[in-house]
Amino acid sequence: MSSTTGDLAAGHHGHDHGSYLTAKRGLMSWLFTLDHKRIGMMYLGSILTFFLVGGLLALAFRVELATAEPDLFTGSTYNRLFTLHGAIMVFLVLVPSIPASLGNFLLPLMLGAKDVAFPRLNLLSFHIYMLGAAFLVFTLLAGGVETGWTFYTPYSSTTDSAVVSALMGAFILGFSSILTGINFIVTIHKMRAPGLTWLRLPLFVWASYATSLIQVLATPVIAITLFLLVFERTMGIGIFDPALGGDPVLFQHFFWFYSHPVVYVMILPAFGVISETVSIHSRKHIFGYTAIAASSVAIAAIGFLVWGHHMFVSGQSELAGTIFSLITFGVAVPTAIKVFSWVATMYKGSIELNTVMLYTLSFLFIFAIGGLTGLFLATLAVDVHMHDTYFVVAHFHYVMMGGTLMGFIAGIHHWWPKMTGRMFPELPAKIGALLVFVGFNLTFFTQFVAGSRGMPRRYHEYAPEFETWQFLSTVGSFVLAAGLFLTLFYLLWSMKGGAKAPKNPWEAKTLEWETESPPIEHNFAGQVICRTGPYDFDEIDTSRA
Amino acid sequence: MTFAAFLPLLAGAKARAGDAIPLTPKWWLPESASTFSHKVDTTFALIYWLDVFFFVLIIGAMAWFTIAYRRRSKDQKTSPVKGNHALEFAWSFIPGLFLLSFFGMGFVTYMDMQVPPADAMDVRVTGQKWNWSFEYPEQGLQLASADGLVVPSNTPVRLTITSVDVLHSFYIPAFRTKKDAVPNRYTSLWFEAKAPGEYQIYCTEYCGDDHSRMTSKVIAMEPAAFREWVAGQKSASASMSPVERGQKLFTAQGCAGCHSIDGSTLIGPSLKGKYGANEQLADGSSVAIDDNYIRESILTPNAKIVAGFAGQMPPYQGRLQDDEISALIDYIKTLK
Ligand code: HEC
Ligand SMILES: [Cu+2]
Ligand SMILES: [Cu+2]
Repeated sequence: MSSTTGDLAAGHHGHDHGSYLTAKRGLMSWLFTLDHKRIGMMYLGSILTFFLVGGLLALAFRVELATAEPDLFTGSTYNRLFTLHGAIMVFLVLVPSIPASLGNFLLPLMLGAKDVAFPRLNLLSFHIYMLGAAFLVFTLLAGGVETGWTFYTPYSSTTDSAVVSALMGAFILGFSSILTGINFIVTIHKMRAPGLTWLRLPLFVWASYATSLIQVLATPVIAITLFLLVFERTMGIGIFDPALGGDPVLFQHFFWFYSHPVVYVMILPAFGVISETVSIHSRKHIFGYTAIAASSVAIAAIGFLVWGHHMFVSGQSELAGTIFSLITFGVAVPTAIKVFSWVATMYKGSIELNTVMLYTLSFLFIFAIGGLTGLFLATLAVDVHMHDTYFVVAHFHYVMMGGTLMGFIAGIHHWWPKMTGRMFPELPAKIGALLVFVGFNLTFFTQFVAGSRGMPRRYHEYAPEFETWQFLSTVGSFVLAAGLFLTLFYLLWSMKGGAKAPKNPWEAKTLEWETESPPIEHNFAGQVICRTGPYDFDEIDTSRA
Repeated sequence: MTFAAFLPLLAGAKARAGDAIPLTPKWWLPESASTFSHKVDTTFALIYWLDVFFFVLIIGAMAWFTIAYRRRSKDQKTSPVKGNHALEFAWSFIPGLFLLSFFGMGFVTYMDMQVPPADAMDVRVTGQKWNWSFEYPEQGLQLASADGLVVPSNTPVRLTITSVDVLHSFYIPAFRTKKDAVPNRYTSLWFEAKAPGEYQIYCTEYCGDDHSRMTSKVIAMEPAAFREWVAGQKSASASMSPVERGQKLFTAQGCAGCHSIDGSTLIGPSLKGKYGANEQLADGSSVAIDDNYIRESILTPNAKIVAGFAGQMPPYQGRLQDDEISALIDYIKTLK
């Protein structure tokens, strides 16, 4: 065992250590809880709900895109659908996804702590999230927005749709993100159990740390930017709209200064999950611990200096474009290090092909494609051709949806026994994983081809030459949806019907597995002491070291 | 570093031969029709094959390990390896060299694409919701082209691009080039069509309802044919009646994209039989459609909004001359 729960008898005062799920009852005990685990679970429920909404919007416009002609929606409805899909998926799903749900639940447990450093701030961040979400839902009811999730000016300064409420929603959600970030940074610095040195931290914690740094440093910029746009629209102060003397390209700089780093807010936590799952389910020490941990931080840092790669054709100077291209290639190196290290971790392991591992392998497959196709876009001359085509759409879905989501689903399955106290059924889970994998690749690989052959994005009707690719993509999206619905159903079912989960079903060595499944209200009965590293499994043949 | 410097050279050598390296995967790219498009394709092909190589390496290793080291028994022993500095250095450094060479190739071709030859012919491109218009200052054409972007082949052409409303982006896939159209600012782009032909133009910066219909064509002609086209345009505009001129402007300025002449409603009201009628306005008042009202509708469309429509029409203030406005009015009068 990597650690022991110290002096149980002394720490035990005779009260009932009921699970956190049953410790208190009633809706209010959830909505106003200070327990990081409950907050994490509420985030998980809300994020998955919005994922469903965003996904249904996508299915609707995928049906439209199955044929070249406009047959289902008018241009203006179509534009509202893709805008809301993007805004919901980015602001309500991907940004909070892993950190707010799994991160909230696991971080204190992994550190051997009783809670996050600021439980009240944590609850506030959830309430702010709900408030921001309410603004976006209101936007939807008020007729929607059609600016694209990027809110490019001067379109967004001048159109008469519900832009202000959408901007306010995104603005408010930023604060939720900042609060989570601050909380995690302080928690990781201050709440580690005795013996849990920095180099013994699970890599998920390292990834959460890097993510939090970005959240805290980048989010204020987008918040201010969106707020300036609200100013411009409501008071006619010219900032971005050239008709008022503003500069629309300035908006793009501000926007991507946040929105590029935020890509790493979405993907780094998934890297963290994969570092855990690939090691645990291969029963091998992670390959290159320091390199993986350091590369998370390096990616976070370099990620602040590449925003201009979204603007190679915006009229930005050649010098700026060149510098941004070069630095962008710089991010590829730490990313490659991670991928190679994960694969090397499997070498001479004892690999169990369970559902978690299937999603881990899916992640590697999909993320490899996502990362490698990024090289086309980082290359100046090629990006000029690819920019704003379906190639870009495919690329970021491979990274954001394929990468983040595969990591997220892998994580949900890996920690499901801990979070709910129940095992999920393996067979439907494996079928689901297969459908998701096939559906995902069919949906998005075809879009690479449509894009590199010149099909622009955000088109509601298109040239017949792209129809085959778009049709296949629509078929894929339904296979993907079938896989995700199956997953939703067996997970929900397992909360009542699943087999009771043992404390440590995967025989992992990180601290969250030291407590009951589901954990007791205060996480651990006594003081936790960490005695070994997170990946020192019993199967490792130390005699050969 | 010698290796990194070598790849762009290779691309340059092939570029002189005038074709992409033979391995360019055909089904990935559209036809290649400008003088630099094959250089882009060569860069694409090199990245593509290196990507394929690394993908096979990564996924091959993953699949092999998954099979070779699958769990056969519960207490199967595993290797104590925790890392390997030499290996880790190699897999950072070697891909790093490839990345640098991609950067270099992309940069070299990009500079070719950015810097037009000094003798390039100038055409002005204006984007507006949802139409591209093309003007020929050097040829002294009075009117914007209603035939698309007509250019001589084998001649460098420089476009000076702007927009009158929101952002648009001017994209010619066959030429592998694109540039945003930004209001109150000029951007530029150049190309040289290798052969006569028709090439698709798309708008690639989202611009609202009819973004996906904001398309046009490059029509590249033999230089002699182009000179004839120019001469034809000139004599046509010289002998044109004001109504004919108005009709031409109606297409070239993008009016036709939003206003039908057959009574059907597009983004804006149909202009069929409108002249002399009364128009119901959004504020409840009504107004007679006469020359002054049409003039105002063209120059400052948001001054009076027609009931049932949104203020989607771009103002033409400063973009049309007085005689052009009059010609448009004369044409609208004839739409019975
Ligand atoms: C982007 C679409 C768009 C373009 C391009 C456009 N218009 Fe309009 N136009 C509209 C809309 C929408 C209205 C109705 C709202 C309003 O009154 O502003 C309108 C109104 C008008 C009216 C008043 C019609 C009436 O029934 O009262 C006239 C006349 C007119 N446009 C002429 C033109 C001319 C001439 C051009 C080209 C030089 C042009 N428009 C270009 C969208 C457009
Ligand atoms: Cu970016
Ligand atoms: Cu457009």
